Amino acid sequence: MKKRIYIALAAASVALAGCAGSYSSADYDKMAKDVIMKSFVPTGQSKMEWLNQDAVNLACTEADISGKDIDSAVRKKVEDENMKLIKFPADGNYFGDWKAGEKLAQSGKGGTWRDKPGAANGGNCYNCHKISNTEISYGTLGPSLYQYGKLRGNSEAVVKYTWGKIYNAKAYNACTNMPRFGHAGILTEAQMKDLMALLLDPNSPVNKN
Amino acid sequence: MTKPLRTGFLSAFLALGFAMQSAHALETKTETEKGIDRYRELIADGNPADLYEMEGEELWKKPAGPKNVSLETCDLGLGAGVVKGVYVSLPRYFADAGKVMDLEMRLAHCMKTIQGIEVKDSKYNKDDHKKIIALATYVAAQSKGMPVAVPQGHAEEKRLYEVGKRVFFYRAGPYDFACATCHASDNTRIRLQGLPNLTTNEPAGKAFTSWPAYRVGNGQLWPMQKRINDCYRQQRFPEPVYGSEATVALQVYMGVNGKGVASLAPTIKR
Repeated sequence: MKKRIYIALAAASVALAGCAGSYSSADYDKMAKDVIMKSFVPTGQSKMEWLNQDAVNLACTEADISGKDIDSAVRKKVEDENMKLIKFPADGNYFGDWKAGEKLAQSGKGGTWRDKPGAANGGNCYNCHKISNTEISYGTLGPSLYQYGKLRGNSEAVVKYTWGKIYNAKAYNACTNMPRFGHAGILTEAQMKDLMALLLDPNSPVNKN
Repeated sequence: MTKPLRTGFLSAFLALGFAMQSAHALETKTETEKGIDRYRELIADGNPADLYEMEGEELWKKPAGPKNVSLETCDLGLGAGVVKGVYVSLPRYFADAGKVMDLEMRLAHCMKTIQGIEVKDSKYNKDDHKKIIALATYVAAQSKGMPVAVPQGHAEEKRLYEVGKRVFFYRAGPYDFACATCHASDNTRIRLQGLPNLTTNEPAGKAFTSWPAYRVGNGQLWPMQKRINDCYRQQRFPEPVYGSEATVALQVYMGVNGKGVASLAPTIKR
């Protein structure tokens, strides 16, 4: 009697495996990964390695697919890992020129397969953030940074947090949409200092009315 | 139609929007968007895509290729020669090819099998690929106003929806971007460019049926494959292969999410 039930169960599972409905979410994950690896070519400066995911991108992709927030323990783990990757300026000086920072914030250039390898990248800031009050063409994917320094002051904690956020935003919010400008080598240390000045210098348009 | 003139139009309308705004900062976005909408209305009057549509109709009906026959026996999913309603019901599974195909891939398949024209489709807008652009525009226009009905009856169609969903959320590259970075939240913009939330019905349906589109900014006609290609460029990914499974799966995901929305193509974009 028992044996018969087992045989029936086995037959049922074979029948189910024949239709798409029986694939598990993990099966689809694997299929999608295979599809991605076969669907791209390394044009220009782009590389196939760009398709590889590190722990934080993998965890956030899985959370997004499931439609749920990232598991809190996983979140803490990947945030801690990213926090360790932040490099603070060796000379202890965090600030460059806010005027150069504004130009950098305006530029969305760089990093695509069409761009020259080694060419300076833009900061892409206005693509997603309101920053100064005079630039009306700003994106809304990120929060407004208008009056960033005026509202927060320039304590050591604020300065270090702001540097860290630009360098590796995933250290503070694992699944943020913001790129890791320092960690990924998108911006140089000097460029990040200019952005720091744009956000925190009292003379920067960001902190004017 | 020079670039400064076009930019001038946009600036003029934006300026108009801002001149009308009150002192309340909250109204800025609304007035900006009104200016953009007004600009869109203006450029929509006379879409150069119509010329591609006419060219596509001729390419569909005229004998061509080594076999010197027309494409009128091509089955785009609703039977040989049927063009009405196919655009809103692709991608779909084709038994003769053994896979799910989008409109552009199916047109290339028909040109090859029926006319003997081997489309070297790896390069957008080069050689025979120009014919695909015109044909896709013609076929898309025959579904204008019809509800999106991308099929999910075949196991492969269901599988590609699930794969497409995962491709959509896949975060990678030096900027950690996924399609979802820009296209999974409501009412957001990059600069002034509105971003459709492709996980929701109406924005997904509108985006799905907005291509082929004539792009005023560069004077090019972009079918969906080119649209997806340029998204991935800005996503800082390697380049997607034309007609690759990832690009078809993304269209299945978008099309199924956009079910029932009235088709817009061909459209005109800034």
